[in-house]
Amino acid sequence: MAPDSSAAVAPARPPAARPPSNAMKRFARRRSTIAFLMTLPLISVIAGLVAWPASYAIYLATLNRRMTAFIGLENFDILLDNETFRAVIWQSCFFAITAVLLKALIGFWLAHMLHHLPTKGQRKWRGMLLVPWVIPPALSTLGWWWMFDPSYSSINYLLNAIGGPSIPWLGSPWWARISVIIVNVWYGAPFFMIMYLAALKSVPEQLYEAAAIDGASGWQGLRHITLPMMQNIISITVLFSLIVTFANYDIVRVLTNGGPRDLTQVFASYAFQVGVLSGNIPRGAAVSLFMFPLLAFIAYFVLKGVNQRNKEMA
Amino acid sequence: MAQVTLRKIIKEYEGGVQAVKGIDLDIADHEFVVLVGPSGCGKSTTLRMIAGLEEITSGEIDIGGAVVNDVPPRDRDIAMVFQNYALYPHMSVYENMAFGLMLRKFPKEEIRRRVENAAKILDIGMLLDRKPKALSGGQRQRVAMGRAIVRDPKVFLFDEPLSNLDAKLRVQMRTEIKKVHQTVRTTTVYVTHDQVEAMTLADRVVVMNHGVIEQVGPPQELYHHPRTRFVAGFIGSPAMNFIPATVEARSGGLVLRLPQGIELAVPAARVAKYQAYAGKQVTFGIRPEHLTDTQHVSKADIAIFNAAPEVVEPMGMETLAHIRMEGAEICARLDPTVPAAPGVPMPLAADMGNMHLIDDATGLVI
Repeated sequence: MAPDSSAAVAPARPPAARPPSNAMKRFARRRSTIAFLMTLPLISVIAGLVAWPASYAIYLATLNRRMTAFIGLENFDILLDNETFRAVIWQSCFFAITAVLLKALIGFWLAHMLHHLPTKGQRKWRGMLLVPWVIPPALSTLGWWWMFDPSYSSINYLLNAIGGPSIPWLGSPWWARISVIIVNVWYGAPFFMIMYLAALKSVPEQLYEAAAIDGASGWQGLRHITLPMMQNIISITVLFSLIVTFANYDIVRVLTNGGPRDLTQVFASYAFQVGVLSGNIPRGAAVSLFMFPLLAFIAYFVLKGVNQRNKEMA
Repeated sequence: MAQVTLRKIIKEYEGGVQAVKGIDLDIADHEFVVLVGPSGCGKSTTLRMIAGLEEITSGEIDIGGAVVNDVPPRDRDIAMVFQNYALYPHMSVYENMAFGLMLRKFPKEEIRRRVENAAKILDIGMLLDRKPKALSGGQRQRVAMGRAIVRDPKVFLFDEPLSNLDAKLRVQMRTEIKKVHQTVRTTTVYVTHDQVEAMTLADRVVVMNHGVIEQVGPPQELYHHPRTRFVAGFIGSPAMNFIPATVEARSGGLVLRLPQGIELAVPAARVAKYQAYAGKQVTFGIRPEHLTDTQHVSKADIAIFNAAPEVVEPMGMETLAHIRMEGAEICARLDPTVPAAPGVPMPLAADMGNMHLIDDATGLVI
């Protein structure tokens, strides 16, 4: 507080009496200056790795195929007229929303189970359940690809063993979409689990005791205490996962490569196909930017809600 | 409203540690009972067992004539005020108070009537729309009490509800709790480690130590007639002085020989009671207010001796003199007008009519 108070007192002195070097020293000592200087490395990294590429992508999306002329929003116009791209929008939304919902539900269920395990066993299970999340997804997806293989599928082998039919996991559009979602959920659910577990641990035990005495059953405790108390973590985790899942590339690329017939393409894989494989970088940029306004809009309201609740509750 | 009965209650944790060692207690309808004792004495565990938040290892708890050992907390018809209030931070004051009634599916109008009535009793009507974060400690405490009152339960349970408040607010809230009990008359079990709270609030005080009940009785009885050395030392502030002494027979009477050659005559009325201890080592107990300056005593059974205070603490309405003796440190309450200075010997009067003698072997007051 001292530097602030000195800054507040400073205007009372005659400005002429202050030599410039003193003013510089005072400026350098101000808390806001120090804070800015200390966060400058991070700001530079964000500017270099996020702000610049994002701005460049926006710029690219407004150019023609040969990147020689500014064409405004024409790339977006063309994309919206394209039937494949309209399918990509639908597929991306279906993929992201279904996968995030399943990850959130499975993550919550796992977190709840872990939370109620004795502390001794909890660490062991937590470690094992985190494994899918720490394996590089390209590598683990390759494993899943083997398990979904039309000829050697271990999953089909098990299904056959119990009298079930073989499933064309990656051959039929719907099964391929489901396979992509399964792998994404397998990979992402541990992240939800660990976030929800931390949130569950931060809910004071006495709130549950108070609710039990107030007459709450286990389900009512979950509905009226656990979920509202975890609302901020749930919102942030879902938002974060939604953004990451919409941008998912590696699972689709390794598992289906967008097929069959582009019916599992999502924004990122389609952007790669259009931008890199087909050599139309501006249109690829337009594909990758397509969801940006909607996600930014959702993020704004989610974070606003989180801030509001933080102010009221923390 | 209901009576609460505890029968041979035992609470044993894993590893065989017994927190509560077979206590029996009868709490009458409308009664305000305070469980008091040092940390780890089992008072909070006992309260939580009554609430149903802790399982009972053995014994029986009866609320309103029904054994509730296997009844979950929500079906015991009790309300509890926690040490840190345990208000739901995402709910407004109104919602916090209405929550229990809402879960019990009370009509909305009835909920509103009860909440407004409780808010009126506790003077928190203007806070109903606020969230707990926007309340002061005292206001949160009131809301926690309001949450209990609206339920109109059979029993109120308070678990050290004033511990998180500053000294001034604690005194104020103590009075509030007493007023509320005088208004609603619900059977109340209150846990505290503060003997002043216990003395001021309780119809009966239950002193616990090491998982057992040392003594149960009205505050004045516990203060004037403690049954054990623990109760004598725990109840009262400053605590009772304990001085090692030998009982000696002298020409038909008894005297107590204290360290530094001090001899105090035992009142004639107590000689028969203490006769069996003649020649034995005991502990002499006397409260600081019964050890005072010689200028302001006029009672019979006064024994006078000289001592030099080590520390003198003027408190305004009284002065506390701390005296070091061989084997004991004692405290005397002096009139504030009496000049007392550290290191300067002064005559002190012990009111032997209020003395206590403790059997060192049993720890019981003789």
